[in-house]
Amino acid sequence: MELFGLLNYWLVIVLMMIGFYIVIAQGNLVKKMVGLSIFQVSVFVFYISVGRVAGGTAPILADGIEVFSNPLPHVLILTAIVVGVATTALGLAMIVRIRDSFGTIEDDEILAIEKGEDDK
Amino acid sequence: MISAHLPVLQVILPLLSAPLCLLFRRTYPSWLVALIMSWASFAIAAILLGQVLTGEPISYLLGDWAAPWGIEYKVDVLAAFVLLLVSGIGAIIMLFAPGSIAAEIPEDRVYLFYTMYLLTFSGLLGMVITGDVFNLFVFLEISSLSTYVMISLGKSRRAMTAAFRYLVLGTVGATFYVIGVGFLYQMTGTLNMADVADKLPAVTETRTILVALGFLTVGIGLKLGLFPVHLWLPNAYTYAPSVVTAFLAATATKVAVYALLRIYFTVFDVEAIEAYPLDEALLLLGLAAIVSMSAVAIFQTDVKRLLAYSSVAQLGYMIIGISFLTITGLAAGVLHVFNHGLMKAALFMVIACVFLRIKSVKIEDMAGLGKSMPLTMAAFVLAGFSLIGIPLTVGFVSKWYLITASIEQSNWIVAALILFSSLLAVVYFWKVVEIAYFRPRNDGAAPISEAPALMLVPLWILVGANIFFGIHTDLTITSAMAAAQSLMEVGP
Amino acid sequence: MTPELTILLAIGVPLLGSAAILLTGKFPNIRETATLVTAVTLFLAVVSLVPVLLAGGRPSVTPLEILPGLDITFTVEPLGMLFGLIASGLWIVNSLYSIGYMRGNKEQNQTRFYFFFAIALSSAVGVAFAGNMLTLFIFYEILTLSTYPLVTHSGKPEALKSGRTYLGILLSTSIGLQLLAIIWTWQATGTLDFQSGGILENKVTSGVMAILLFIYMYGIGKAALMPIHRWLPAAMVAPTPVSALLHAVAVVKAGVFTVLKVVIYIFGIDTLNGSGASFALASVAAFTLLAASIVAFRKDNLKARLAYSTISQLSYIVLAAALATGASIIGGSMHIAMHAFGKITLFFCAGAIYTAHHLTKVSELDGIGRKMPITMAAFLIGSLSIIGLPPMGGAWSKWHIMLGAAEADQLIFVFVFMASSILSAAYLFPILARAFFKPLPNMKSSSANVNFSGGIQEAPVFSLVAICIAATGTFLMFFYAGNLAEMLAPLASSVTKP
Repeated sequence: MELFGLLNYWLVIVLMMIGFYIVIAQGNLVKKMVGLSIFQVSVFVFYISVGRVAGGTAPILADGIEVFSNPLPHVLILTAIVVGVATTALGLAMIVRIRDSFGTIEDDEILAIEKGEDDK
Repeated sequence: MISAHLPVLQVILPLLSAPLCLLFRRTYPSWLVALIMSWASFAIAAILLGQVLTGEPISYLLGDWAAPWGIEYKVDVLAAFVLLLVSGIGAIIMLFAPGSIAAEIPEDRVYLFYTMYLLTFSGLLGMVITGDVFNLFVFLEISSLSTYVMISLGKSRRAMTAAFRYLVLGTVGATFYVIGVGFLYQMTGTLNMADVADKLPAVTETRTILVALGFLTVGIGLKLGLFPVHLWLPNAYTYAPSVVTAFLAATATKVAVYALLRIYFTVFDVEAIEAYPLDEALLLLGLAAIVSMSAVAIFQTDVKRLLAYSSVAQLGYMIIGISFLTITGLAAGVLHVFNHGLMKAALFMVIACVFLRIKSVKIEDMAGLGKSMPLTMAAFVLAGFSLIGIPLTVGFVSKWYLITASIEQSNWIVAALILFSSLLAVVYFWKVVEIAYFRPRNDGAAPISEAPALMLVPLWILVGANIFFGIHTDLTITSAMAAAQSLMEVGP
Repeated sequence: MTPELTILLAIGVPLLGSAAILLTGKFPNIRETATLVTAVTLFLAVVSLVPVLLAGGRPSVTPLEILPGLDITFTVEPLGMLFGLIASGLWIVNSLYSIGYMRGNKEQNQTRFYFFFAIALSSAVGVAFAGNMLTLFIFYEILTLSTYPLVTHSGKPEALKSGRTYLGILLSTSIGLQLLAIIWTWQATGTLDFQSGGILENKVTSGVMAILLFIYMYGIGKAALMPIHRWLPAAMVAPTPVSALLHAVAVVKAGVFTVLKVVIYIFGIDTLNGSGASFALASVAAFTLLAASIVAFRKDNLKARLAYSTISQLSYIVLAAALATGASIIGGSMHIAMHAFGKITLFFCAGAIYTAHHLTKVSELDGIGRKMPITMAAFLIGSLSIIGLPPMGGAWSKWHIMLGAAEADQLIFVFVFMASSILSAAYLFPILARAFFKPLPNMKSSSANVNFSGGIQEAPVFSLVAICIAATGTFLMFFYAGNLAEMLAPLASSVTKP
């Protein structure tokens, strides 16, 4: 039961590690953005899990509802989602521009081009 | 009564005027908006500092929702002091910007620069003024996202990759910060800084809080350019438009230092920080930064990159001051936040002037500038003296306090290393001076003239500030001491 | 005018002068007039303070407080007055000399030269009248920075290299060690004021005091203790007027002056004696004294030889300070003046030889006494004073220092002084012997474009006048040494040991 009760948190950790790993290990800039999104989403899940109250319902005030989960994390995460979307949009926009000027979105190729510029 | 709403006006004015620039879509009107908003913010910050220096800290409830449920803006001496720095630098930079921007950003995108500048500006001010840990994250992201855009406006295509890499690392940092806040919220059930501080001692011993502190430190450290997670910083500073670099170097990292102070000393307290080996770790990182980054700076061939590495080193000084966990140490850190803002802004503004005239920031190409741009280079020399810590400049004042703090702790090695890294600063700074003054300009190079007056005046205002606050230290030292005392929770 | 105002005037006049020099840069004659007027005004301002001082007054003025509890303060006391008089007085002579030298050699960037010269003098006077260690440190640093462009004046690669050595050593010692010592002192005592009898007594243990003494002494790089003396020979690439006034008088004397100030007013002579830390310092100074003399002996370049001679003579003063008796302190202080006159004369002569005949090496000076009799006569006077022979000023100061060594029962140092006098004779007399007794060389072989066919060929008249004044001063100091000792007497008044 204990293990099952903490399932959310296990998921959070797995997602977080997957996302973080992609950010570090993937050379493709779009994949990096994907990783970054997964990383952020894991945190959203974490917040929502924190707000859960055992046996609670959705936080809607109505007769007969005594126990409900904490709504504040939900609100926070709405904000964080907006931020996350903005970040992803900006990142992707930059990738488009990078492709325009470098002709590639592979990190190692870009680094090679930049190194060539330095040596010149 | 409008004066009661100053704290919120501080943030909301630039925030709301940013879309205005977007609507104008013209260079001149958007510059005017940015200029007026910056100076208005500066005036507000000055009034706020005056109020808190003489009276109690100001608490402002957003939408009149009572804390800890609503968001509270809190202005104490430390906050007002940093607000003054950020808005002051913004005000000066906006005077300075048009000349330099015209040469570095295509005409049809200049209004975007001003929009993004205003967003960054309000984000930074918001980070300083808020008393809510999650609200701090929101402002952090507002400032960060617009910063990425500003950096990517740079002339070289490498500005784009520098901005992208900063975006990735910055987002990781911000997310780390959010994770840390999540743990705090999990344990205390509140987000208001003062409220968290009240409830924290009961749970300080738990591993969750330790983990939270770790995430918060790394998250803020990434934004702060803390050695060794500073990797985004040199490229971002090098390829961003000169004005952007000047503004960011003087404000963005400083506000991150401020956020670290808030988390460590307002949310947590000295005992909690002392309980973990964090202070020793920070001290070591700071020392590593001031020595290794100063040494790396010596070998740079690009002035902007040289100054960027110097910035990482200088941030090390602030971290060292904080890591002492004493009043003098904190005061030294806070002083250096302010003083380093003044000197680095001036230095990067010089570089902007140089780029305007010779279209290069390679040290080699600066040969002979001592003759052809005497006023600009004189400003460089004076601001450089401040960087080294020559007496009668602000750099000397903060170094004095930093060394006093280390001697107080009988920490001789730290005192010696601080002095040693000042000497490294002499080396990298003098490298530039020698070429600019004693090597004649290449034969056949086009003749160049002094930078325009509209850029020289703001530059020299900042240089003057470097010297003025090096001689009249009343304001800075009083503020820094008061801030340090309130952080350490010792009576004024 | 009140004495307080005069002090500020003394520091402000050269600054105003430097602005005037900058503004009149396009008109050399007016520019040089500005320099001379500034120098004379400065000297008069300093002189006008002498009666106040002799009457027992210690005028003091505090224009600024830069850190809480730490002021920029200027106080006139005997030692500072001595240094102020020397620096400002010799500036007049040196300005005359500069005009001849710079024009005679058609140097570039003369406006920059005179501008930084004036700034350097302002900071020298600031050092002289500093009322606390912080003020002294500030002007000490400005002095370093303002003399850098003078050292690298020619802009040639070797000048730049020397400039790096110069700045590197002086800044690293002052920022790395002196500032550390100052902050340590501040931390330990809560004050940095110069107080008669010192401020460290009973504040730190004798071990700490010994460490502090060494940090101070090596932090004062301008005193050129070995092994941090390299900047001084490096500075010799500068035009000779710079070497003469700054690197024989203002800068190096600022160094030993700071040493004396620190010993007298920070440590306190009695306290230092009681701590036993001074013997090690005295030994280092004695070593520098002898070693530099020997190096000087082996240098063929005239200016380099004089530079090492300066290093050796500076150590006289450090040694005198380390002996810490009444007589040695008086003698050391007097030596600031005596050596200043003697050495500036020698440098003037070296510069005159270069201006007139473009000779820089000792081995090229055969028979030069016949071409430049006045110059070489002055050289003789300067040499006698450096060696310490009567009837020149140097005799008195050396006598006092030796007396101090005897008082301190340190006979070994008496021998060191004697040996050093013999060594200095050994490196100075051969120059004179060549100049007066050897025949003129056969011109074809000489590398320099010298025209030896004519009769007497002296340096430009401006320079010659300066040389004569300096030499006369060296001679007169022998007779006025008594007045000097009288003015300096209060320095030793707090000493309990006779």
